[in-house]
Amino acid sequence: MSTRTLPLVFINLGGEMLYILDQRLRAQNIPTDKAKKVMNDIITTMFNKKFLEELFKPQELYSKKALRTVFDRLAHASIMRLNQASMDKLYDLMTMAFKYQVLLCPRPKDILLVTFNHMDAIKEFVRDTPSILSQVDETYRQLIQIYTPLSCGEFQLIRQTLLIFFQDMHIRVSIFLKDKVQNSNGRFVLPTSGPLPYGTHSPGLIRMFSCNGEEVKRLQFRDGGNYTAALREGSFELFGDRVIKLGTNMYSVSRPVETHMSGTSKISSQRTKVNTIPNPLAKEELNLLAKLMGGLEIRKPSNTDSGFRVNLFATDEEEEEALISRPAELSYGVINIQATKDSQANAELVKIMGEFTESEEPVPSSSSKGDDLLAMMDGL
Amino acid sequence: MAKMYHREKSIQLKSSASALYNNLSVLRLAPRSLTHFAVVHANVVNLVSASWDGLNYSHRQLQSKEGNMATSSSLIMQAAWCVLPSRDLLVVASQKGIQMFESDGSIMVYWHALDTPETPTAKAIFARGIAAVKDKYICVGVSSGAVLVFDIPSKGSNITLSEVLEEHTEAVTDIGLECSGSAEYIADMVSADDSGLLCVWKSEGDFQLLNKIPGFDISCSSVKLWKGMVIAAYGTGQIRLYEGVTGILHAEINAHTRWIYSLDIAPFTGLLLSAAEDSFVRVWHLNTVPENNSVEIEHLYNECVTDTQICGAKFCDGDGYAFAVTGYDLSEIIRYTQA
Repeated sequence: MSTRTLPLVFINLGGEMLYILDQRLRAQNIPTDKAKKVMNDIITTMFNKKFLEELFKPQELYSKKALRTVFDRLAHASIMRLNQASMDKLYDLMTMAFKYQVLLCPRPKDILLVTFNHMDAIKEFVRDTPSILSQVDETYRQLIQIYTPLSCGEFQLIRQTLLIFFQDMHIRVSIFLKDKVQNSNGRFVLPTSGPLPYGTHSPGLIRMFSCNGEEVKRLQFRDGGNYTAALREGSFELFGDRVIKLGTNMYSVSRPVETHMSGTSKISSQRTKVNTIPNPLAKEELNLLAKLMGGLEIRKPSNTDSGFRVNLFATDEEEEEALISRPAELSYGVINIQATKDSQANAELVKIMGEFTESEEPVPSSSSKGDDLLAMMDGL
Repeated sequence: MAKMYHREKSIQLKSSASALYNNLSVLRLAPRSLTHFAVVHANVVNLVSASWDGLNYSHRQLQSKEGNMATSSSLIMQAAWCVLPSRDLLVVASQKGIQMFESDGSIMVYWHALDTPETPTAKAIFARGIAAVKDKYICVGVSSGAVLVFDIPSKGSNITLSEVLEEHTEAVTDIGLECSGSAEYIADMVSADDSGLLCVWKSEGDFQLLNKIPGFDISCSSVKLWKGMVIAAYGTGQIRLYEGVTGILHAEINAHTRWIYSLDIAPFTGLLLSAAEDSFVRVWHLNTVPENNSVEIEHLYNECVTDTQICGAKFCDGDGYAFAVTGYDLSEIIRYTQA
């Protein structure tokens, strides 16, 4: 469907990831300088020029697996390490948060304001580091240039494409359950009260006209909701008040990151089964992935940096338990099947990556980078 | 308000409905016979046949398999039955093209590929908006704004693309055919697009454009044509009623608070169904007054399908005695019948 969805998915999921990591880094009392380094390294990687060039090219939103792999890589772009269970949980939280924002945004166009809320917060994270800030601003300008001219129909198509991408995901998230915006079956609450979307009339009026355009009759009806007047429209400029709150940071020290993973609802058992038969999509997926990963420049932690591990759970025991008890249908680790078992696709990937490194300016570690990518994919 | 409709037992689907306009098609074969339902889930069409008493169901799933299997299986935008005097066909509009099946989905009789470039373009390519017109035409809209007219023989697979109507410049959203069953109205078909533009057509020999009704830069997501009157639903939650031939605005309803996804009309009684992302389904009554060339509208009924962004809503019969509803992420068809 829409070929304009990938940058929005990446930036919004990335933004949610940063909110969560920021909160966990504080909660685990990681020293400020290390925490700062993690955030800066991840944001630098996210807004890498070459990577974003690939990202902004019109393309289909291929696969959850490819995207998950990209985020796995991104989360490990610095000295921080996450184990499998924490990474799964991080990704669950990110995706459910963005699904909520896409579903609830008042008008399709407001997806852009959600994105701007994430961008504004990312800028705040790096406000002391001008070089990174200018990198983020460059992407900001690109977003405005590409997306603000789109029609409402195109935004609706973007929204519908995103909703297909997130379809059948019903993971319950503590913060949403507590705020009563998610039901115990994992479905989000849709309010029938509160402010109307900008530009929408209050429902309940029927107007009839004569042939020469005069209003001849006016009838009221009860609409069954309890709506209030629309708020003003949020700013679509580089700076300004976005008005809508979707996409802002919902975590704080007093509202920690938590998920309910066990006992997923009946609905989740109906989720689409991952196709195990050889998939013609695999090639396209790997192609996309290779292109994206080619742009993700990961700086290996030097000897002077000491790495540390962040846990998305309260204790290590809980984390271990989560890994064991995670329902099979929620497993993300699918890429490795294709990278190792599908030798043809594997060869293809190597070829693609070969093309990549050739076209690049000579980098000393170009060959090891390719190995690294495969190794990482096998290790998933 | 007295409860006009009550909820019946739902029909389970094999997979959930995607958020697409008019994502429910209903085919009623004959009274006391089977009712068929079609609902799109990503690249699959869920088909369910229900016995008239609602006790027996059979399921079938259609994949969007295209001519060239080397490429990815494409997402489907709409699936709808087209009822012609000689035959019923199930038409599936996707990113890659248009497929036509026998009405039970068993045999594909025709495949029309859309012109898709090697590398994706900024503007998406897809087919959307399906309607049977007159005795032998099926019209399908395309994202370029074109409306493709297919000539359907009374049997066999010798379907041909007979005409391409190029009046829209934005992606086609929906196509409505005159559904009153009467031959006294001049217009046969109305097509709508993402800018809200409505084109009113008649088909005698070739298709002729009768009128263009301008939009307001907001998508018209669902459109119907009944007794010469165009009923159009928009992203603003409004419904507008126009006289098709002249474009005179008869009425405007502030009906919903979010995008309307589906309209339907019960041709024998003039009941109008509207359903939106705001989780409301509303039933209206339309009455044309030929004496002064006007229309009267009455609001009859609201139903809130809690926490559901509705994507499909259709009457199950010509009187509006029963209707069915689908919603995003929902693996069931919810049915309502008059109390």
